Amino acid sequence: MRAEQRSGSLMAAPYGLYLLVFAVYPMVFAVVLVFLQWDLVTAPTFAGVDNVRLLAHDGRFWRAVANTFVFLSIHVPLQIVTALGLAIALNRQLVGRSFWRAAFFLPVVISGAVVAILWSNLYATDVGLINRVLVRIGLAPVPWLTDPATAMPAIAVMVTWKNVGFYVIIYLAGLQYIPRSCQEAIELEGASAWQRFRYLTLPSLLPQTILVITLSTINGFQLFIEPYVMTGGGPLRRTYSVVLYLYTNAFAYQKMGYAATIGVALALIIGIVVLIQRRVIGKAEAL
Amino acid sequence: MRIFRRIALYAALSLAALTFIYPFLWMASATFKPRGEFGSLALIPEHFTLDNYRTMWARAPFGRALLNSTLVATTITLSVLVFGSITAYAMARLRFRGSPVLNAATLAILLVPGQLTLIPLYTLIVQLGWTDTYAALIVPYLFNATAILMLRQFFLQIPQSLIDAARMDGMSEMRILFTIFWPLSKPVLSIVAIFTFMGSWNEVLWPLLVVREAHLMTLPQLLTVFALGGGAGSVGVSLASAMVLVVPVVVAYMFLQRNFIESMAGAGIKG
Repeated sequence: MRAEQRSGSLMAAPYGLYLLVFAVYPMVFAVVLVFLQWDLVTAPTFAGVDNVRLLAHDGRFWRAVANTFVFLSIHVPLQIVTALGLAIALNRQLVGRSFWRAAFFLPVVISGAVVAILWSNLYATDVGLINRVLVRIGLAPVPWLTDPATAMPAIAVMVTWKNVGFYVIIYLAGLQYIPRSCQEAIELEGASAWQRFRYLTLPSLLPQTILVITLSTINGFQLFIEPYVMTGGGPLRRTYSVVLYLYTNAFAYQKMGYAATIGVALALIIGIVVLIQRRVIGKAEAL
Repeated sequence: MRIFRRIALYAALSLAALTFIYPFLWMASATFKPRGEFGSLALIPEHFTLDNYRTMWARAPFGRALLNSTLVATTITLSVLVFGSITAYAMARLRFRGSPVLNAATLAILLVPGQLTLIPLYTLIVQLGWTDTYAALIVPYLFNATAILMLRQFFLQIPQSLIDAARMDGMSEMRILFTIFWPLSKPVLSIVAIFTFMGSWNEVLWPLLVVREAHLMTLPQLLTVFALGGGAGSVGVSLASAMVLVVPVVVAYMFLQRNFIESMAGAGIKG
């Protein structure tokens, strides 16, 4: 018993130490930094609630938050529809099922930096692949990343494309849990394909849909490398993301207190948005 | 009717698959095209050239970045496997004071978005004097909460009788872990290895903060800096540099797709 105690403590000690230094301390210090002004060169000074007051009136920060909501309003629904559609298509006897699955999952394993660089070229106005195709079928080219109206939607579509394979796997797992007997029963009742989808598949997949909504929302708030590489936050700051703003404050302006304040605010906003989503979905389910 | 629906299904699947694969094929082929041909939709270059690769290699230290990324990702993966297993074994199979606290803390950090601790971690690295060192890239990732929870979950299912018998033979807990538990845990170890390695290999925000010297940059970081700083000068060169990062991943993915999907989907759901 004593020996077990001792080896247990010894074996867990490095992780305990790691948690203290790289998890607990940064979390506590994040809150401390909110009240400091610090450029990392001179000594930090106490700033009271200056950072918070500044943030509350910082048009750039709220622009970034608003941009994120634009991003989410396109990304989340599109992600659900595409992932669900592909998962349903895959959920049957198919030749080469693992090939299709692997093809859809491919962009998930590729670095976001590479995907951003690749898609800047696909979206390029004059020589981009997408506009070449549009012109070939007789449409006008679109300035995807340079028009303030299309830049954020273009990024949202790209991120949906990159992550869809991941959500397909979630939905596929959910589809496997729908009991065969239920499927047979509803088919015997003479339900159409749409009715089967609407009254059996969709309600059965509610837990997966909630997961997709939560994960893609959190992911959306953490948008960074895409605008950093593709647009630099422009045009007219329409693709500026919260993390890009945080990074700029830390890296370019050396404002550690303010950058940390943005980080704390972002964590709070994510928490609130996810809670509200859960609430709304819970209410909708009860109806 | 049935046959038509079947054909339509395969046509739709092929179109979808093409949407995911074609851009990467186009990217690969663009790196072998001369400047004038980038706009072409064709996958086979009209005039095959290796100039993009030569330029890329000459203008920025991509060989060094490949080495850096490999070193960083491998060290982190080994540490997460070895130290993560030791921790998970203690948490799953040994009673000691503090075990419930560790468990709760591990679950709690998974709920905290990384952006909250990003700046405090960065200032910590600066104060430790670790900017522009491998330590900055490696040490904060030596443990991984998702990995520990997965390993712990798996270790909980291994029968107690194996431990008891080994203890009777006088084996230490470490030996029980590495000679009895590890051989039984290959599936979960490979899952942890893949998502840890890939996470580190693709990470770009953290290196951008703590490393400024070109010869210490990881691949995704150097790639980003190179493309943004205009060092590339042309589409072909910047895509050629992206290939250094992508090719090893795609080759590994072709052989181990099933493991990749299981690992990266599983970690995403847990984390």
